[in-house]
Amino acid sequence: MNSSSLQSLVFWLLLLAGVAAPWLFPDYTNEIAVLWLMILFSSTWDILGGQMGYNSLGNIFFFGAGMYLSAVVQIGLFYDVAMYTSAARTTHIAFSNAQYFTGLGVGLLAAGVGSALLAVVIGWIVFGLRGPYFAIGTLGVAVAGAELVASWTWVGAASGISLPVFPGEPEAQRLFYYFLMFALSFVLLLFLRWLYGTNFGLALNAIRDDEEKAEAMGLHTRRYKRTAWVISAFFLGIAGSLFGNMTGFIEPRDIAFPTTTFNIFMVLMVLLGGKGTLWGPVVGATVFHVIKEVTWTYFLGWQYVTLGLLIVIIVVYFQQGIVGWIIERFPERFGTPLAPRVEPERARDVGLAAHPKAAE
Amino acid sequence: MTDAIIELKHVSKSFGGVVANRDISLAVPRGRITGLIGPNGSGKTTLFNSIVGYHPIDSGSICFEGREISRLRVQEIARQGMLRTFQTTRIYGKMSCLQNMLISIPHRKAGFFDMFASERRETIQRAEQLLAFVGLYDKRLLRAGSLSFGQQKLLEFAMALMNEPTVLLLDEPTAGINPTLINGLIDRLKRANSDFGITLFVIEHNMRAIMNMASTIYCLAHGELLAMGDPAAIQGDRRVIDAYLGAH
Amino acid sequence: MDQIISNISILEAAPIFNLGLLIDGLLIGSIFALAAYGLALVWGVMNVKNLAQGDFIMTGGYITWSLSTLGIHPLFGVPAAAVVLWALGWVLYRTVINKVITRDLFTSLLATFGIAIVIQQSLNLAFGPDTQSATTDLPTWDFADGLITVTATRLLGFVMAALLAIAVILFMKSSRMGQAIRATAQDARAARVLGIDTEKVYCFTFCLNAAICGAAGALVAMVWNVQPFMGTTYSIRLFVVVTAAGIGNLPGVIAAGFGMGVFEQFGGFVLGVQYQQALIVLLLLMVLAVRQLQQMRARQAVQ
Repeated sequence: MNSSSLQSLVFWLLLLAGVAAPWLFPDYTNEIAVLWLMILFSSTWDILGGQMGYNSLGNIFFFGAGMYLSAVVQIGLFYDVAMYTSAARTTHIAFSNAQYFTGLGVGLLAAGVGSALLAVVIGWIVFGLRGPYFAIGTLGVAVAGAELVASWTWVGAASGISLPVFPGEPEAQRLFYYFLMFALSFVLLLFLRWLYGTNFGLALNAIRDDEEKAEAMGLHTRRYKRTAWVISAFFLGIAGSLFGNMTGFIEPRDIAFPTTTFNIFMVLMVLLGGKGTLWGPVVGATVFHVIKEVTWTYFLGWQYVTLGLLIVIIVVYFQQGIVGWIIERFPERFGTPLAPRVEPERARDVGLAAHPKAAE
Repeated sequence: MTDAIIELKHVSKSFGGVVANRDISLAVPRGRITGLIGPNGSGKTTLFNSIVGYHPIDSGSICFEGREISRLRVQEIARQGMLRTFQTTRIYGKMSCLQNMLISIPHRKAGFFDMFASERRETIQRAEQLLAFVGLYDKRLLRAGSLSFGQQKLLEFAMALMNEPTVLLLDEPTAGINPTLINGLIDRLKRANSDFGITLFVIEHNMRAIMNMASTIYCLAHGELLAMGDPAAIQGDRRVIDAYLGAH
Repeated sequence: MDQIISNISILEAAPIFNLGLLIDGLLIGSIFALAAYGLALVWGVMNVKNLAQGDFIMTGGYITWSLSTLGIHPLFGVPAAAVVLWALGWVLYRTVINKVITRDLFTSLLATFGIAIVIQQSLNLAFGPDTQSATTDLPTWDFADGLITVTATRLLGFVMAALLAIAVILFMKSSRMGQAIRATAQDARAARVLGIDTEKVYCFTFCLNAAICGAAGALVAMVWNVQPFMGTTYSIRLFVVVTAAGIGNLPGVIAAGFGMGVFEQFGGFVLGVQYQQALIVLLLLMVLAVRQLQQMRARQAVQ
């Protein structure tokens, strides 16, 4: 079975797993939905970090931006936002079914497009930075996002916003958002599979391997960088909107712009699974999420200390990641084969050793 | 003399207090091979960097095909048809040789949606032909970073040809190459010039190679233009010999 | 917004206030300058951008505070914190840092970030999330009818920071290890060829920086306050200082440290304390933007 049909098989299995999961594990619908979210986080991070070599610590900005944009639209279409954010804590404000779903639909669109537009603007600011400066600059963007929203009373400042309540049973709400999140991640993976096979994939890798060389060859590096950023932002924005609605309540520092949790998780998951591959982020996200869910309860109180230790361990000892290791181990099967190492010419047969008289 | 495809007038460049190039004026004739020689530290690579836009110059003018390019950036100049190879050979290490070639297609007319295209059969064939031209066809699916140094240099050369440049600036193309392979490389450089019509401007330390290839040679010393002429004239020029041997 | 305008008008109405803020800024800025020097040292010698710098400082602060609760004067906290942090730095270097020095820069950034999280959370578990301060029972002096107050504590902090900085600089200039460090910073390979044990140099540099942070933290506990999660703010602050000044530029780093102190005093007064974090982050983005513009003139990227 060649690698292309192997890939197709994996996609079918993934589709099957995603559709069947709520029936196989009905008590864990939310957790599995978050797993799909993690896969989206790691895959979007890998576009810039793994394929293009730009390690971003600010992707969470678009997640949060999408979340808030959607909330504002979902509420603002029917009520005055300022009034809602100040009153919602004390009074229950109702939305009709039609209002809920129209709001959600437009909200999702606004989240995706809005985040994409923000990415265009922010791309101007950050793409003159490289390496660690890019990482720190993007981290600054994410923290700035959290702080600015936290002081903006129109959107509820640090107290957050309660989103419209889903018209239906909790069970239905869980399934509804599960399938939306699954669909989003699945579409993302299909999209990336196609994208990485076009010139775009080649260009990203060229920028990663040697950006100055790519510029010297006339590649439109800026165009590619911006587009990659916009693609990530688009998917992250929609994911933010979905997550916000899943949780029902959004707030700037821990839910929308969690710089020390989701934001770092996306990097760790990709490192764990393998940078620069389509399936590395998926594998990394799955392994990370499962381990975290299982051990979190046992490390109560010490969760974040273990998180920090985990970061250090993964970063120091798991440089290649799981899939990366597989590719290095079997390059003919899964990656680009290496040239056979050339034996150095034996000294006896060449040069002065063969023609001693030449030295005189 | 044939028209000049690159013309430098009074170009100067300093770094901090160090003057790398002082008042250099020269012309690279179209369709020929021109050499740039000089002892280490004479400012040859700095001059190349200035021409391709890697850094701004302090004063002077650089014209390419009659257009002023001294204020343009590297990508813009590359898209106008002037490429350079690097002294430390640079290729995309984690990609295969063929992929290195495919991403080196000319990007002059690339529109927004070309980013999402996949390469056509003709382009892949052309890439394979060029790889065959430099003798790397067998290795086309191997990871570029795992090739030997000499093979990487050939790949870099093939990538440059793939880009369909008008002018190619080569920084020490024979450096680090096994002496038995240098003749083959020189042969390919000459064919790139004669068959593909590419103007070559070559920095070289290997005197035999450059005297063999070039029709005009410029010599730099201490950041200034010392001498200019055809190979025979340069070889006999006392000032050039003194510059290399360090006489003051 | 109205609050901001009224704050600005206070500054305009009573110019003497500005002097007060300036003095406070310089006094506090001295501590920033000291810690920034340490950050620049590790950055310049080992190319490690230590995101845990602020958390080292907080650790030093907590050590001092703990000692003060036992009745020991915070001033003794300075050497105590320095020693403990030196040891901590040594442990961290041997277990984590020396494995990431040779890797790419993002790896070392992430590794120090992980260390930062571990320290923050450990401090939180050990000491709780409240802010603490180590009292010194030193007098406060009033000038200009009470419009300017100068606490002896802050003055003491300034003097200590200055003494420590001078000590470190003298060490770097005249001792053998100091020379070895400077040689390694310039060219590690050449230093190795000349017989310098660069591994020892790296370890020493990292420990020295940790000790500097410990001492700075002790001063912070005296002069200001400490809280487990304030480390991040310090790290960003110091990063801004070093980026703005440039690594090799020692006088620049010190000047920028003072500038940071003054800027924060004024910013905090005009905008209010709740915007402190946002202000510092925005300053970071501004500094990076300015750097980019500078580099664009030379057609390079900021890297």
